[in-house]
Amino acid sequence: MSENIKSNTSFLNDAGNRALLFQAVLLVVVLAVGYYLFHNLQANLQTQGISTGFAFLNEPAGFPILIHLIEYTEAGTYGRAFLVALINTILISLMGIVLATIIGVIMGLARLSQNWLVARLATVYIETLRNLPLLLQMFFWYFAVLAALPHPRDSIVFGDFFLNKRGIYSPNPIFEDGFGVVIFGFLATIVASIGLVIWAKKRQTRTGLWFPAYWSSLGIIVIGTIAFYFLAGSPITFDLPEASRFNVKGGMVLVPEFVAVLVALSTYTGAFIAEIVRAGILSVSWGQTEAARSLGMRDSITQRLIVLPQALRVIIPPLTSQYLNLAKNSSLGAAIAYPELVAVVMGTTLNQTGQAIETIGLCMLVYGTLSLSISFFMNWYNKKMSLIER
Amino acid sequence: MAIEFKPSPSLPPPSNAVGATAWIKNNLFSSPLNIFLTVFSLYIVYLLVPPAIQWAFIDATWSGESKAACTAGGACWAFVASYFDQFMYGLYPSAEYWRINLAAIMLVVLVGMFAIKAVNKMLLSIAIIVVYPVVAYFLFAGGIFGLEIVETSLWGGLFLTTLLGIVGIVASLPLGVVLALGRRSNMPIVKSVCVVFIETVRAVPLITILFMASVMIPLFLPDGLNFNKLLRVLIGITLFSAAYMAEVIRGGLQAIPKGQYEAADAMGLTYWQSMILVILPQALKLVIPGIVNTFIGLFKDTTLVYIVGMFDLLGRIQSATHDANWLGTTAEGYAFAGFIYWVICFGMSRYSMAVERKLDTGHKRN
Repeated sequence: MSENIKSNTSFLNDAGNRALLFQAVLLVVVLAVGYYLFHNLQANLQTQGISTGFAFLNEPAGFPILIHLIEYTEAGTYGRAFLVALINTILISLMGIVLATIIGVIMGLARLSQNWLVARLATVYIETLRNLPLLLQMFFWYFAVLAALPHPRDSIVFGDFFLNKRGIYSPNPIFEDGFGVVIFGFLATIVASIGLVIWAKKRQTRTGLWFPAYWSSLGIIVIGTIAFYFLAGSPITFDLPEASRFNVKGGMVLVPEFVAVLVALSTYTGAFIAEIVRAGILSVSWGQTEAARSLGMRDSITQRLIVLPQALRVIIPPLTSQYLNLAKNSSLGAAIAYPELVAVVMGTTLNQTGQAIETIGLCMLVYGTLSLSISFFMNWYNKKMSLIER
Repeated sequence: MAIEFKPSPSLPPPSNAVGATAWIKNNLFSSPLNIFLTVFSLYIVYLLVPPAIQWAFIDATWSGESKAACTAGGACWAFVASYFDQFMYGLYPSAEYWRINLAAIMLVVLVGMFAIKAVNKMLLSIAIIVVYPVVAYFLFAGGIFGLEIVETSLWGGLFLTTLLGIVGIVASLPLGVVLALGRRSNMPIVKSVCVVFIETVRAVPLITILFMASVMIPLFLPDGLNFNKLLRVLIGITLFSAAYMAEVIRGGLQAIPKGQYEAADAMGLTYWQSMILVILPQALKLVIPGIVNTFIGLFKDTTLVYIVGMFDLLGRIQSATHDANWLGTTAEGYAFAGFIYWVICFGMSRYSMAVERKLDTGHKRN
């Protein structure tokens, strides 16, 4: 339409032209700065004699890593060390997410409790932990609490569990030959219970009759797995920790670094999640609860079928960003020597090889991927949960 | 003749329906579950509070020269007392503390002047944003008017923490506004540059940015040009919080109804006029809580500079606990740090709530 009308505005006053010009300038500036930095980088790397490329990943690392879920020795390569660190980061993030969610839900509900004392206690917890730096909390758990535990020879003992400066010792399950059968049984009961849920839903749509599918599935899975366990001839034995004179040997050890990071991450993020849960539940109008009650629903059903689904729509987006924060905050473990990505790659590897660009780039790439995958999953879940509108 | 109806005075409500008894009954003992929860909570309070008070106050030692002086079995506050100056000012020469105090007082007075109605707010803002930083910089660093030069590596303690926090927030706010506007721009190149920047920064932890600032930036600069670590870390922190700020502000921009944009266009305002005069004042007001939350987050995150070898409040405390005279005083140090961080962060969150209430003009949607 503008072709028909002869424009009186001068070339530079036309919004379209100005936009083009401005963008061209921006593009040139960005490219020029990028080129300039890249040029400097090459010159600097050459003068300082820093090698480039990822060849270092195949060289022997030569440093030990305290926690490794996969086989790793000092003779392992940097690549292997990277993998170990990556697994440690994912491990602490996933465990942190699960624990923080549990703590957050409990504390969020507690803050809404009708019981005045419970609500106050939850408020104190939330307002204290939210307003203290995470690093301080990690230091507190690691240097003040866990370091104050007794020496190994005076371990605190609960049955087969030992608690001392070097960590928490618990029985270590050893899986024997028949364990595959148990896993198979576990998976089979899960498949069976999914079938049950589908059947119950179909039946309810058809006849209106309700069947307690979730509770029965839980029963099937638990009892079924236990049955398979005994059918396979109890294929788990435990390696029990034993107290010798100066130390505790055997068993499974949770080292203090791991415990401190996990506790700090999950209690800190839990406080934020608690607020999200509270806001989510408060966002569902009271009329919804009243309406459900006047339809004759029991309180538990009202909560599960009316309040929770509506609250979840409000809860999920901010919850996602808390999960992302938790994964990113796991990098603070580097400060107390929990061997996660930053400590191993940007700490030790960077110091030994001097290849700052590659190591920092690698870390950023991993965190980027981790963040993207968590937000991808949560977006999918959010879509599933969101209200279907016209 | 009307018969006047005189009701007899109402009876007082039964004694168990009003007052303290009723409140206790309703709020603490209304059901078996509630009774259990109350008892359980009381038990937790009993487990935590009396020992904490015993440790922090009753059995505490308030003065002394080393850990050996703390014999009462409680907190050894003598540690905090003897290191107090370092916790506040880092390794700044003690003869020059007045410079930091003076700058702090100036800032408080300047900000406090906002409360006086007769003062020109525009001039005051310029004084705070343009004049004050220059004055403060020369006060801290010295080098003019016969002030002794103090290397930035000596800056530390709460002074450094506050400096990082304030500079970070003041610098990241305008940058965040620009990024947010850029992200909502119609120009594809501007938009993609902003999106790539924001999303990249938000996807990685602050530590990686700080490492970049301390290790990588020197590699990207030409030989001979090298600026000091504090400045590099400040740039890192600013860019990091600008990305978060941008997302907060974008939320505000999205919440402004389209009519406001159209009305501004219809008035013949240019893009920047309509943004500065119409859209941003409304949008920023909507997101004040978000901005303050970002600030609180940033303030807490300044502790991370310890990992790249700078000694802020937490860093100073951490290194003081290694002092052979004061071994075993970590808990006291952390309690002190926690107290300061908590007061500042909690105070800010309450302040933002108050501002939010004050500025609330009933403009909020749904």
